[in-house]
Amino acid sequence: MELLSPLVPILIIVIKSGVAIFALVTAFAYAVWIERRVMARMQSRIGPNRAGPFGLLQPLADAVKVLLKEEIIPQDAKVPIYLLAPAVSLVPALLSFAVVPIGPEIEILGQKITLYLADLNVGVLYVFALASVGVYGIVLAGWSSGSKYSFLGALRSSAQMLSYELPLGLSVVGALMLAGTLSLVQLVEAQKNAWFILLQPLGFLIFIVSAVAEVNRAPFDLPEAETELVAGYHTEYTSIKWAFFYMAEYINMIVVSSIAVTLFFGGWQGPFFPPAVWYFLKVAAFIFLFIWLRATLPRLRYDRLMQFGWKILLPLSLVNIIATAAIMVWQG
Amino acid sequence: MPPFENLPTDLVLQGIFLLVAGLIVVAAVAVVTLRNIFHSALALILCFSAVAGLYILLEAPFVAAVQVLIYVGAISVLILFAVMLTERVMDPKMGARNEQWWLGLLLTAIAATGLGAIVGFAPWPLSKAPIINDQITALGKEFLTTYVLPFEVASLLLLMALLGAIIIAREKEGG
Repeated sequence: MELLSPLVPILIIVIKSGVAIFALVTAFAYAVWIERRVMARMQSRIGPNRAGPFGLLQPLADAVKVLLKEEIIPQDAKVPIYLLAPAVSLVPALLSFAVVPIGPEIEILGQKITLYLADLNVGVLYVFALASVGVYGIVLAGWSSGSKYSFLGALRSSAQMLSYELPLGLSVVGALMLAGTLSLVQLVEAQKNAWFILLQPLGFLIFIVSAVAEVNRAPFDLPEAETELVAGYHTEYTSIKWAFFYMAEYINMIVVSSIAVTLFFGGWQGPFFPPAVWYFLKVAAFIFLFIWLRATLPRLRYDRLMQFGWKILLPLSLVNIIATAAIMVWQG
Repeated sequence: MPPFENLPTDLVLQGIFLLVAGLIVVAAVAVVTLRNIFHSALALILCFSAVAGLYILLEAPFVAAVQVLIYVGAISVLILFAVMLTERVMDPKMGARNEQWWLGLLLTAIAATGLGAIVGFAPWPLSKAPIINDQITALGKEFLTTYVLPFEVASLLLLMALLGAIIIAREKEGG
């Protein structure tokens, strides 16, 4: 036991990572189920309700179905890159969850365990850096598929993600200035008295709009506009490889919701319930918002989307930073 | 408190350094030797990412994050774009020869000699200064006090590049 004691911290991290990945994949599966049920209700349909009570086993059935689908590799595909692309899409999405704080420290079996994998002092930058790496999954998929639809979808998507990364990054600067830190844990603690949504309403608005565009969700889902591009960058993917892209999209959605909660809605803080429950409720509310937007808003035209990003969101986010700085200096 | 303080950290860190450094060298060689320019660009991305690993080993997480954000996430995507949008760039029939190879060789020889001299004669002192905890605040303060001039000049340079790009890309009036 003495010999093994240096390994305990490592073991804890390995277990926590395993739990986090399992939780994310499960959350992905049920986010899809919730999306299908909620959208069905919004469109006066029933939605999946056959597998298990309320269709709760539907994600399992879907997973088995996807796994058993035939693997097809197109003739013109550039094979090593074609196979690499889904992983390049999924891995950054999973990694960026490492800094998301679900709660403060708790104690299990005499070991102090933090409810996050790492408290980086550059946490926010880490998330954005990984988000920018995620673009490669899409670019590589589109290029290596050897199909025009995939290629056009990938070009659109990467242009869109690059354009919206800027307002996304700048929109949180106001909140970071107020907290004086880039660490997500310290950001939550800085909101003990007032959530930053109250102090940074414009920043939050820009953040959430850019976030929807960044994770390629409707009304900004131009990369996979079915009517023009079949399915965009993942047109030529089947079976588990296709599921990887799907998983990446939903996990990115969960991560972005977590960041929104952490930066603007006080993270795990809240009365009565334990912290992790508050975190979960807030993130669930954001996922619902994403679904609601998708069921409500029509897709933007591509040039409109780019114009909106560069000519409205970017200047607004700069105005937000200058205004925040001015008020902070004025108040001392 | 670092969680791994009971492990032989020096050994582990050196192992990681060798791995990262080796990856950088292999990727860099791949960038200039691969026949397919798209694969070269991918190797360049690998090289940039490995350099970020080096910054993490040097306990400079901010620089590492910025390296990934800017070099891996933005510059390399643009390079890939340029490659993908250039017609026939992947055609193996297109020669990978450059008429100005002799000039390149000359300049490379001069640069290599200069770098070699620096590597050979520099004293390589180890800094005794403790690692700053609040690196980002310190960095920001230095940028806006001691190094404000280089900081602003760099911004101006970038602005000029931006304007230049717009002027080149703009369609000729009446043309």
